[in-house]
Amino acid sequence: MLGMNKKDTALMIVVAILALGAPILLNPFPTESAMAQFNAGYPDLMQRFAIFGIFAIGFNILFGLTGYLSFGHAAFLGVGSYSVVWMYKLLDYNVIWGLPLAIATAGIFALLIGFISLRRSGIYFSILTLAFAQMSFNLAYSVLTPITNGETGLQVYTEDPQVLLGANEANAPHLFGLVMNQSSKLSMGGWEFTFNNGYYFCAVILMLMFYLAIRIFRSPFGMMLRAIKSNNTRMAYTGLNPRPYALAAFVISGMYAGLAGGLMAAMDPLAGAERMQWTASGEVVLMTILGGTGTLIGPVLGAGFIKYFENIFSKINDNILHGWFSFLPDGLEDFVVFIIHPFIGKGWHLTLGILFMLVVIFLPGGLVEGGQRIKKLITSKKDDDSNTAKTEPAE
Amino acid sequence: MGILEVKDVGKRFGGLQALSDVNLSVKENTVHAIIGPNGAGKSTLLNCLVGKLIPDTGSVMFDGQSVLGRKPYEINQMGISRVFQTPEIFADLSVMENMMIPCFAKRDGSFRMHAIENMHNEKDIVEKAEAMLEDMNMADKKEMHAASMSRGDKRRLEIGMCLAQEPRLLLLDEPTAGMARADTNNTIDLLKQIADERDITIAIIEHDMHVVFSLANRITVLAQGTPLVEDDPENIRGNPKVREAYLGETA
Repeated sequence: MLGMNKKDTALMIVVAILALGAPILLNPFPTESAMAQFNAGYPDLMQRFAIFGIFAIGFNILFGLTGYLSFGHAAFLGVGSYSVVWMYKLLDYNVIWGLPLAIATAGIFALLIGFISLRRSGIYFSILTLAFAQMSFNLAYSVLTPITNGETGLQVYTEDPQVLLGANEANAPHLFGLVMNQSSKLSMGGWEFTFNNGYYFCAVILMLMFYLAIRIFRSPFGMMLRAIKSNNTRMAYTGLNPRPYALAAFVISGMYAGLAGGLMAAMDPLAGAERMQWTASGEVVLMTILGGTGTLIGPVLGAGFIKYFENIFSKINDNILHGWFSFLPDGLEDFVVFIIHPFIGKGWHLTLGILFMLVVIFLPGGLVEGGQRIKKLITSKKDDDSNTAKTEPAE
Repeated sequence: MGILEVKDVGKRFGGLQALSDVNLSVKENTVHAIIGPNGAGKSTLLNCLVGKLIPDTGSVMFDGQSVLGRKPYEINQMGISRVFQTPEIFADLSVMENMMIPCFAKRDGSFRMHAIENMHNEKDIVEKAEAMLEDMNMADKKEMHAASMSRGDKRRLEIGMCLAQEPRLLLLDEPTAGMARADTNNTIDLLKQIADERDITIAIIEHDMHVVFSLANRITVLAQGTPLVEDDPENIRGNPKVREAYLGETA
């Protein structure tokens, strides 16, 4: 279907179901129950799942296929955000102007940074991209204040021109009147589901971008990118110039990042320099590796996993812990809470770090490899069952 | 006038004169062997032909055009393919993909942005790659991971990949180094077949005299960075200068 083989079509359908059903699937616990704090089906978090999913899919096209590890992709994220907010300021709140611009400017930035950085490979390439991203961050933070509004962050003011702004137009980001921060709620029994316009906008784009990634992975171009990762020498002695291939991959992944950054500003009309900081670049590397480098679905899973932990673990505090362990005797309860304390709330990074270490050591292929192992375990067990089932009648 | 003309080539690495006054002419549709003891400059010479090194002096002409200053991929696109001493293949890709890549390189040149084309629509490439695998007796290994093949098979695949580009000159750098006798003989047979059946010139650097005398119709002996003699195999065998270069002073 649509130029995809059976397996990819199945994967695409799974992603579509997950993306479209997320508001329900991520809200398994009734609102009043004690487990409700583990629900992730609220707009803000779901938007982040989709946006960082797009970011990681794009990053994986570079890192997963060519093996070039960029530590500077956050720069493109920031460029995308600034582009969109500028379109709000100059034209109006319709995101249709900003998003194409976000992709284009991020593409131009990626072309410049990639052209220089790709003269080196391995660790030197990584360091060059990191340097460029930090330069961009510092420029945005200080020198380029007229464009980026420095540490305050870029936002829309009432005195901005907004030349296209109509009389009845919404005063928040929208797509031809479909306002991003509006939601409809559905209450069923103890459950409440929120269907947010902004989330669905992101989800549709995520599906499109996922489809595009499948096509790139399976194209001759994708094969050339894997060839670069596999053996650059053979590549050159087969009459192929590796550099434009790597540069094209770099630009494509930069444009994905620009789109993700643009969507951030489409959900919340702000753009700050901190979006370009190296921690943001590092985060997408973690997402990709955690999910499964070079796999199609891995980066999306990794992005969801990290964003879930960031939002859920960081909300757990000592009071909640005391509630959980109140069945224990007093002294023991305090002790258990004391042990767990560093891993929750602001300490969620510690939990993430440990999980990341465990995944890298025991599941080098990331969450995808974990899934494959479980699948293998189940199918081999089934085979055993069917074998015994077959032999039993014979006996 | 040969298809490959090397004139007065010299190359110096610091204090070491690796090559000096190398003159070599490889005639079209021959198998030309370049032999010589260790350190004679065989590999340096080869690297000068494919663009990995640029000689300090002299000229290298392929089919009337200079290759000097061109990048390896450009020289490859001119029609020179190289087989390495240790097989250089795309180890992480399948055997079929390994074979398709040179087919794409031949058809589309050094770069083409075919990012959303579907592989199934590239019928000519698939057919050509399959035919080439058939020729190399590897059709049954099509779906295999290239890394998991035996060394002999990797060598076969690499030669097949070079042939898929339809080069006019095939350069081989000690293609049987480190191989078992049976694999060596298989490789000799394969190369013989290629030389007989295809419109191709082969230049081979080799240590193993058995391989050289089974294949070559012309031999150049290199010693201390300079050609000692160039002659037919029968005359090389009995040449006292060659014996001296290989075995040291004549007894």
